[in-house]
Amino acid sequence: MTELLALGFFQRALLAGLVLSLLCGLLSVFVILRRLAFIGVGISHSAFGGVALGFLLGVDPLWTGVVFSVLVALLIEWARGRGRLEEDAAIGIFFAASMALGVIFLHLSRTYNVDVFSFLFGNILAIGPRQVLQILGVAVAVAATLALCFKELVFLSFDEEMAWVSGVPVQALRNLFLILMALVVIVSIYLVGIILVSALLVIPGAVARNLAGHIRTMVAVSMGAAAGATVGGLLLSYQLDWPSGATVVLLLSLVFFLSAFLVRRSRRPGG
Amino acid sequence: MSSAPVIEMRRLWVTYNHAPVLEDIDLDIQGGSFVGILGPNGAGKSTLLKVLLGLIRPSRGEVRVFGESPERLRRQGRFVGYLPQRPLTNPRFPITVLDAVLMGRYGQIGLGRRPAPADRRVAQENLERVGIAHLADRPIGDLSGGEQQRVFIARALSVEPRLLILDEPTVSLDACAQDDLYDLVQRVREDLGLTVLMVSHDIGAVATHVDDIVCLNRRVHLHQAPPIGRLALENTFGCSVEYLFHGQIPHRVVRVHDD
Repeated sequence: MTELLALGFFQRALLAGLVLSLLCGLLSVFVILRRLAFIGVGISHSAFGGVALGFLLGVDPLWTGVVFSVLVALLIEWARGRGRLEEDAAIGIFFAASMALGVIFLHLSRTYNVDVFSFLFGNILAIGPRQVLQILGVAVAVAATLALCFKELVFLSFDEEMAWVSGVPVQALRNLFLILMALVVIVSIYLVGIILVSALLVIPGAVARNLAGHIRTMVAVSMGAAAGATVGGLLLSYQLDWPSGATVVLLLSLVFFLSAFLVRRSRRPGG
Repeated sequence: MSSAPVIEMRRLWVTYNHAPVLEDIDLDIQGGSFVGILGPNGAGKSTLLKVLLGLIRPSRGEVRVFGESPERLRRQGRFVGYLPQRPLTNPRFPITVLDAVLMGRYGQIGLGRRPAPADRRVAQENLERVGIAHLADRPIGDLSGGEQQRVFIARALSVEPRLLILDEPTVSLDACAQDDLYDLVQRVREDLGLTVLMVSHDIGAVATHVDDIVCLNRRVHLHQAPPIGRLALENTFGCSVEYLFHGQIPHRVVRVHDD
């Protein structure tokens, strides 16, 4: 174990995984309270189109992915705001369309290779110092923004109409939160990949919902669950020689089922 | 204070998809009065409130609240306290009663700042005013319907408003809790010198508690003071309404007419 921790690539993976999981755990509380789980799935899958565009144009897929996901997220919000389309339908349409676009981009760029696979399922052990810096940059920016409008986001999640009436800039905050989600989704792709990234946005908050009664403890439990499962998953995946992203998500799911079981027991009369 | 009108509406129209919801409303509401807004479903009561709260811009005409446009007033987050019809959309939401009341201060605290001790004091005082200070640290979902309603009144009062707007405040309450709520509103109004606007379709309650009644069915019919005549109600509701007082409990009997 000590020799493992001495390895440069594993140190980077652990640091990046820890930062990403704390970030996802923080965001996840609002994803659960505002019922944005499906939009998380939509944003992450639509990132595929952006990443593939990066391959086609020969630029860092991170940037094209960010631009693409933010655009799709805001398009979904715009369609919802116009009221002509239900939000779940809007998400279903936009994410399928961007994935299809991604397949076409990949076809045109003729790079059906390992790179694509690691974007789909994550490959945290392969990240370099530059990606670690990207992750740290996004983490600081997102955490600072969330800290600045934390109380307004709680108000918004609790009662959107009242937040409007009280002078909270509701639409700006809704858009801002979607942009933060898109940013976090894109950098989290390094850890668990496009297909599994929504797990990090949904499960930690759901665990916290089961175990915590107040928003502040919920944030702590959510971040703790995400970080614990990520560090544990990375170590376990190394021991078992399993894919790291999938191991993290499986461990996180296990934590969720445990928390659900604990809640059931504690709610049983006389138990 | 009582001389200048708190709310002024002039030739106000609101239309949705070319269909008028409010037609040519002219309305003045004086400071310090307790006004009930009566009307059948679909009469535009909620729309009227949303115009006053700055959530809907009128299609035509003018509206002023404290001499300002409601949208500007909303962005300042003061002067107007509001009790929505169904305030608790998510009963398991993980905050305490005090947290919920503090939200009334957020408009004035602004982005990026935490509630100051003075804000907490205002919230605490209003919890005392509505008689549930002992519940401050309980999860909001643990409270009964009547207690929750008091929490949201305390939140509305924490804005330190001069106008209090209540949207169907008693729909989810049983008879005793309804009476308690009307008494509470009356007491708060007198203590704080508030102007109160209350939307309801409970004719009996409105007629016994308010000073003036606005009957709304897309257009406005004004009544200076209760008791209101049967004819006026029939004009508003578009059906025959019998309004009976005997003993302590006012009744109403509605006969649907065929048209």
